Amino acid sequence: MADERFDAIVVGAGPAGTAAAYTMAKAGLKVALVERGEFPGAKNLFGGVLYRQQLEELIPEWWKEAPLERTIVEQRLWMLGEDSVVTLGHRNEKYKSPPNCWTGLRVKFDPWFASKAEQAGALPIYETVVTELLMQGDQVVKGIRTDRDDGELEANITIVADGVNSLLGKQLGVHREWRPHEVSLAVKEVIGLSKQAIQDRFNLDANEGCTIEIVGQTCGMAGLGFLYTNQDTLSLGVGVMVNDLKKHRVKPYEVLDGLKQHPMIKKLIEGGEVREYSGHLIPEGGFNSIPPLAGNGWMICGDAAQMVNAVHREGTNLAVTSGRLAGEVAIAAHKAGDFSLRTLSAYNDAIRASIIHKDLKKYRGLHGLLAYENSEKLFNQLPQAVNDAVYEMLLVDGKPKKTKQKQAFRQLKDASGGHNMDLLRLGIKGWRAMNG
Amino acid sequence: MSTNIEERLFTIRYKADKVSHLIIKDQEVCLNCPTKECNWFCPSDVYLWHDLEKMTSVAYENCIECGTCRIGCPTYNIEWVYPKGGYGVTYKYG
Repeated sequence: MADERFDAIVVGAGPAGTAAAYTMAKAGLKVALVERGEFPGAKNLFGGVLYRQQLEELIPEWWKEAPLERTIVEQRLWMLGEDSVVTLGHRNEKYKSPPNCWTGLRVKFDPWFASKAEQAGALPIYETVVTELLMQGDQVVKGIRTDRDDGELEANITIVADGVNSLLGKQLGVHREWRPHEVSLAVKEVIGLSKQAIQDRFNLDANEGCTIEIVGQTCGMAGLGFLYTNQDTLSLGVGVMVNDLKKHRVKPYEVLDGLKQHPMIKKLIEGGEVREYSGHLIPEGGFNSIPPLAGNGWMICGDAAQMVNAVHREGTNLAVTSGRLAGEVAIAAHKAGDFSLRTLSAYNDAIRASIIHKDLKKYRGLHGLLAYENSEKLFNQLPQAVNDAVYEMLLVDGKPKKTKQKQAFRQLKDASGGHNMDLLRLGIKGWRAMNG
Repeated sequence: MSTNIEERLFTIRYKADKVSHLIIKDQEVCLNCPTKECNWFCPSDVYLWHDLEKMTSVAYENCIECGTCRIGCPTYNIEWVYPKGGYGVTYKYG
């Protein structure tokens, strides 16, 4: 393996690592970008939606050349009952220019993004697992050990962007092992369907896309489903909290099967062919799970640092921003010739001043709301009760509306605990969780 | 359009190593595990408890490297590392 010394080594060629590598290589630093997959993206998975804004700060008008699926013009929220749905959505022509976000597939997007870092001068070292960080004493990271022969590489700075499992973060002791309530498991299927069928069924023109987030019918577990339109495939998936999954003894793919059988979804995917099944953990700990972000000779970015906004299903954009900020701090450290925490702690400050910190802080209470005793209520009983209530209100069966309204309110009350105050309490709790 | 797990796993591209990257540290611990929940939460059915042989079998070739078992095993009885560079799952869509 290369015995030369690097200014910086980046572990992981996902959005966070690649953004860091690109930023540093462009400024002339000697950078190695290490990835365990056969190519960048080979191991990666998301829902997935790619946002324009944050990456534009790195590569202006990146979206004009990147491989993307459809420009999202409509976002829907579905609250599912057993064989019913209450829907809410927003469609706007303004989402087209400039585009707000797109659907995408990681096996197409990640290699494109990594190629940008390579063109900027980062040395790609793929198909290589980083087995541990090399330490000088017990405080200073001085490089990496890989699973290749003679596979040690040294650098002034190591940027850890090794994803949600972050075995390197664990080695650093920046996070104790994630606990089951800090992650969810998402399983997804990419379902092949003709362009025309997708456009007809989702009311879209060519290149227009639609996303549907789904609440309810997750077998009483805290979680969300999603159905996104790609060019000639659909991405259908569901993520559930691992602590719930452990208790419920349901197979993750059976939750997905349940969604596929739902009358609302069944018709949309009818005739489609499953092209790929996949699964991945999602960091859900939010603000309270963000670890220390820098130390002597290292910084940590993206999923590895729990930087996901679960409420708005934003992750790749936060990863890109954190990678860019780490890269910028590395450039400053390179100029100053100091790679200790004293200099690298600027990355902590930069994250604190960024959208990542602000957005995750806003939703810091959400994690507590998803605690076990609430999940059955929030993700099963309430969506069902809302469906039942709307059903009653719209059903013309001779009962006076006033009676119906009372009945609907009682259903909601029962679903939230049975007492008059429970519905209000749950509402306040929910509001606080979203506005912490 | 219901799909069973075998059909699902068939859609995934793998390059399996000869040795497992997942190791049960102590089968005795599995024997005494009252929940054996790995048999449920794994999205690719890697783990299966065998009553007769009194052991958990590990179909590591099916692993999609999500890490749920690493975090989910109640006694942390699974030694979990990534497959060697280039091995394991390689998604076609992602």
